[in-house]
Amino acid sequence: MNTEVLRSYLPLFTEAFLLTVKIGWIGIALSFLIGFVCAFIRYFRIPVLTGIVKGYVELFRNTPLLIQLFFIYYGLPAVGIRVSAEVCGAVGLGLLGGSYMTESIRSGLEAVPYIQTESALSLGMTKTALFVHVILPQALSISVPALVANLIFLLKETSVFSAISLMDLMFTAKDLIGLYYNTTESLVLLVLFYILMLLPVSIAGSLIEKKARFKMFGD
Amino acid sequence: MGFEVLFKGKNLIRLLGGVGVAMKISAVSVLISIVLGIVIGMIMTLKNPVIRAVTRVYLEIVRIMPQMVLLFIVFFGVTKLTGLNLSAEAASIIVFSFWGTAEMADLVRSSMISIPVIQYESSAALGLTKLQTYLYVIIPQIIRRLLPLSINLITRMIKTTSLIMMIGIVEVLKVGQQIIEANRKSSPHAAFGVFAVIFLLYFLVCWPISKLAGYLEKKWEN
Repeated sequence: MNTEVLRSYLPLFTEAFLLTVKIGWIGIALSFLIGFVCAFIRYFRIPVLTGIVKGYVELFRNTPLLIQLFFIYYGLPAVGIRVSAEVCGAVGLGLLGGSYMTESIRSGLEAVPYIQTESALSLGMTKTALFVHVILPQALSISVPALVANLIFLLKETSVFSAISLMDLMFTAKDLIGLYYNTTESLVLLVLFYILMLLPVSIAGSLIEKKARFKMFGD
Repeated sequence: MGFEVLFKGKNLIRLLGGVGVAMKISAVSVLISIVLGIVIGMIMTLKNPVIRAVTRVYLEIVRIMPQMVLLFIVFFGVTKLTGLNLSAEAASIIVFSFWGTAEMADLVRSSMISIPVIQYESSAALGLTKLQTYLYVIIPQIIRRLLPLSINLITRMIKTTSLIMMIGIVEVLKVGQQIIEANRKSSPHAAFGVFAVIFLLYFLVCWPISKLAGYLEKKWEN
């Protein structure tokens, strides 16, 4: 391994890393937003929208991100919808993540026992107070492990961005391997940067999981 | 809209052939992962500290490394380091099996340790032999917990197989691109139709399998 090469590649990888992280986190924020909205729609059984959400979740959970990105980035311009690679990456990740988040949040909401609703109502709480102060906190605590798993999954999925010519870590590594054949150095930097991106989240995730787990009544 | 391209010549057959290539690689990886995953999952329940440390590191690597990075390491790195000329198909089967085995092993381990001790004790109290205990009490319960989860893993592996086009295997996406390129003049909107159909094809493969997993999970609740 050549340290000189490593050093000269470092700025390129740092730039790619920042871009990957930026688009990744925008996509993840979007997926949380979509996830909450869709989970609420399904929980409150809002007519018409519930059906749309169901279809969306099934469609995006059962197709790979790579295909979704290809469809958005190369397919949609043919019918006149054109977006930049950055937007496409963030939106694609957001749509994929949104479908996973919806399922995780919804199953958390549904896991809160019905007796909680009955007790809160008999205490004279309003419907809003019931949802905000009783159901939601318990539901979130139940869904935290699934949400953390989704988060790590989505950060890993950012590696697919290179397919739509976003200059992310994968793209940079592939490019440099193709240009200069310094395969070992490129791969080492690639792995190091992915560890830098995912290990803190993985560790923080298991800490949050321990912290957010408060006991149910009767546990 | 560009759907007409698919009905020209053998385009649709070629596209389906591309799906076949991807499915073959997933099927082989799934089989290897299930067999190795069951064995390694059983080993992981042992209390030996060395085994625990090694499997922990293995799981953590798979947990945080994107499959695409693993694919690059095996496809480019191994060739560079050993001079071995690994085909793209072999590299992808190695990577997906390496990843799938870890996931499967973790599922096997967690369903094995989720069986409460009282089940073993009650069986012993009823006078069942060790073999009978496992055959009639423990293994059926493990299978009920394991089966829906491992079916879900299969759909995840099928979806991940779409990455093989990135190391140059001609599968459904690549065939789709070739069809679009070849018909650029005659049908400029082909990209929409072809990618929409590929989208739908993946959905048609994965959706029934997920539905089956969901059905089994519901049926075997408690």
